[in-house]
Amino acid sequence: MSKEEDKKVNLDADAPPGIEGPGFFATRIDKVVGMARANSLWPLPFATSCCGIEFMATMASTYDLGRFGAERLSFSPRQADLLMVMGTISKKMGPVLRQVYEQMAEPKWVLSMGACASSGGVFDTYSVLQGIDRIIPVDVYIPGCPPRPEQVLDGIMQIQKLVESESIRRRDTPEYKALLAKYNIE
Amino acid sequence: MENTLLTTVGDKLKAKFGDAIISAEQHYDFPVYVIRRDAIYAVLQFLKEDEELAFTFLTTMCGLHYPDNKGQELGVMYQLHNLPKNLRIRLKTFFPVSDPTLPTITTLFPTANWMERQEFDFYGIIFKGHPNLKRILNMDEMTYHPMRKEYPLEDGTREDKDDKMFGR
Amino acid sequence: MSTKNKIEKVNPGNIPDKTGMEKVKPDEFTTLNLGPTHPATHGIFQNVLKMDGEIIMEGESTVGYIHRAFEKIAERRPYYQITVLTDRLNYCSSPINNMGWHMTVEKLLKLEIPKRVQYLRVIIMELARIADHIICNSVIGVDTGAMTGFLYIFQQRESIYDIFEELCGARLTTNIGRIGGLERDFSPKAWAFLDKFLNEFPGKLKEFENLLMRNRIFMDRTINCGPITAEKALGYGFTGPNLRAAGVDYDVRVMNPYCSYEEFEFTVPVGTQGDTYDRFMVRQEEMWQSLSIIKQAIEKVKKEPAGVFHADVPEFFLPPKQEVYNNMEALIYHFKIVMGESDVPVGEVYHCVEGGNGELGFYLISDGGRTPYRMHIRRPCFIYYQAYTDMIKGAYLSDAILTMSSMNVIAGELDA
Repeated sequence: MSKEEDKKVNLDADAPPGIEGPGFFATRIDKVVGMARANSLWPLPFATSCCGIEFMATMASTYDLGRFGAERLSFSPRQADLLMVMGTISKKMGPVLRQVYEQMAEPKWVLSMGACASSGGVFDTYSVLQGIDRIIPVDVYIPGCPPRPEQVLDGIMQIQKLVESESIRRRDTPEYKALLAKYNIE
Repeated sequence: MENTLLTTVGDKLKAKFGDAIISAEQHYDFPVYVIRRDAIYAVLQFLKEDEELAFTFLTTMCGLHYPDNKGQELGVMYQLHNLPKNLRIRLKTFFPVSDPTLPTITTLFPTANWMERQEFDFYGIIFKGHPNLKRILNMDEMTYHPMRKEYPLEDGTREDKDDKMFGR
Repeated sequence: MSTKNKIEKVNPGNIPDKTGMEKVKPDEFTTLNLGPTHPATHGIFQNVLKMDGEIIMEGESTVGYIHRAFEKIAERRPYYQITVLTDRLNYCSSPINNMGWHMTVEKLLKLEIPKRVQYLRVIIMELARIADHIICNSVIGVDTGAMTGFLYIFQQRESIYDIFEELCGARLTTNIGRIGGLERDFSPKAWAFLDKFLNEFPGKLKEFENLLMRNRIFMDRTINCGPITAEKALGYGFTGPNLRAAGVDYDVRVMNPYCSYEEFEFTVPVGTQGDTYDRFMVRQEEMWQSLSIIKQAIEKVKKEPAGVFHADVPEFFLPPKQEVYNNMEALIYHFKIVMGESDVPVGEVYHCVEGGNGELGFYLISDGGRTPYRMHIRRPCFIYYQAYTDMIKGAYLSDAILTMSSMNVIAGELDA
């Protein structure tokens, strides 16, 4: 019954490649920064409808989002890293969402949870915005209506991979600048 | 028991308002009365304040649009409920789309405030005397009244969905 | 019991002389935007408040930030496809909305539903009611600062989700049931999950109650917070737990019984003052009553002939796939239902159910076609939210937040 034999799941992430010695560990700074950013995302839950309830279930004990580092929800855009848009965004709400996105400081990522946020969902009507990527750039889309909490966690893990592997000053890269210019965001 | 409600209320209304009551029918379990537009406020007030009838609870109201009834295209349906005796009735009134006005009933039933705003938003029915008649659910900048039958469900300005493929 | 608020409620226009600011004129109030995105408002609606310090003088609500045009969509969808829309009204208790819609269409079509199906529907609806009240009560706790209750009782929602998932495949927006019955019978696993829930939930609910019900801080925060009188509540069209907290015992399950609710024994809890504490207590007691109804329903189901899960109406209830592929008659019925050739009577019908928030009514006008001519939903949240700005006049800002969360305003039902 030794713990070593039972342990099949490796709960520790691998350290990034680097030079190790007694008392020190040297690696590239962007790897360290990426690791730190990925494991301490502060999400901004922009919950509008049913997906918000599934997000509450994801935050609760069974599918705990806190173990991914995202325990502290920030409702202020100034202090948030990850904008999670959960639920239908109507055209009336569009300017509000855009303002919240613009108020967030770099680096920021956007997660579109659910079919309504990704593409309008079931509601192909005159009042629903057919996808938030019409007004803000989106990094990860989570399909589902509503997505199961496991899907949400998978989406968060994909965001984490994105965060780890991006360059530190993403905001200066020409692709990112072109993307923001497409949405008319300075 | 429903039939006696239809006749009880119907007789009282006919006695007081005469030919303003256009018809009285029983639909499933509701007596439905069609009232002429100019008498609707008085009828609702009578139904609310009469001691025997006492329909003091407005359950709901909604707008109707029948584009084929020329001269009577738009309509409003009111549903009243007498809570102590548990009696429910429905009233309807119709009016032309060229003159979509109706007196407000917010003085009788405070709950009609937002209900009337919703019907103004959806159908363009103007309630005279309403304290704050502006759009409630749609954007304020919207120029048309979307629930009318001539307008499509989908957004007319979108360019990514091909209507031929989606069978609209 | 020193639980009364020390500041009296004021009318707008009268300056409270306790603050000593008699000279403050109405145009010197500060304007605060409790905007569409706010951590404490559970849903997106905006309130622009005029405040005198911390006290709210008046407010103006803006709703419609999640208007999805349900009534217009319903004019384009056949009857069985509208169930999907009704899910998203009060999404915390979707099965109640689904069943309400099915019962409306069954009333239009004059279908007779077997008793066993009705009892199964009652079980599903009462489970959904428990789920809805769990959210509302735990969120009242969160808004007073008590996170623990929320985390512990939310686990029970997972047990309810397990049951729903076994019955229909989905957790939250269930689309459960069909016109004419249920899509499948309760499997043995579903009965096992239900038994497990009935064994575990009472203990957990008692734990949650012990945290909050006689908690001095909670009572001080919630008693006299956002009260409303019964006359005003009736004038504003309140129904459901908010009205019962004000003292009026109007419950659609008792007044206009549907789905054989008249055969069940349950009490309707009623409050006295209509404040936040009363609303919390009414919902808490309703959860206990729902548990008792579920137990009674399970006993009644055992007495009915087993295996019946839908009415015998092949014109409206899809036949099983094995028969569609092998039997000509079943194939024709399947074709007629899906293509919309079944005979729907012309008429108008209104049916209401006791949703998580009150009387959820569906008004349906049919012109004999595949889709409704007009569908109107009587949404309780929309109707009672009008009274919100009236209820918070003269209250502190934190009391206003607590009033909103205790009214259980669900944005999906508010805007539809």
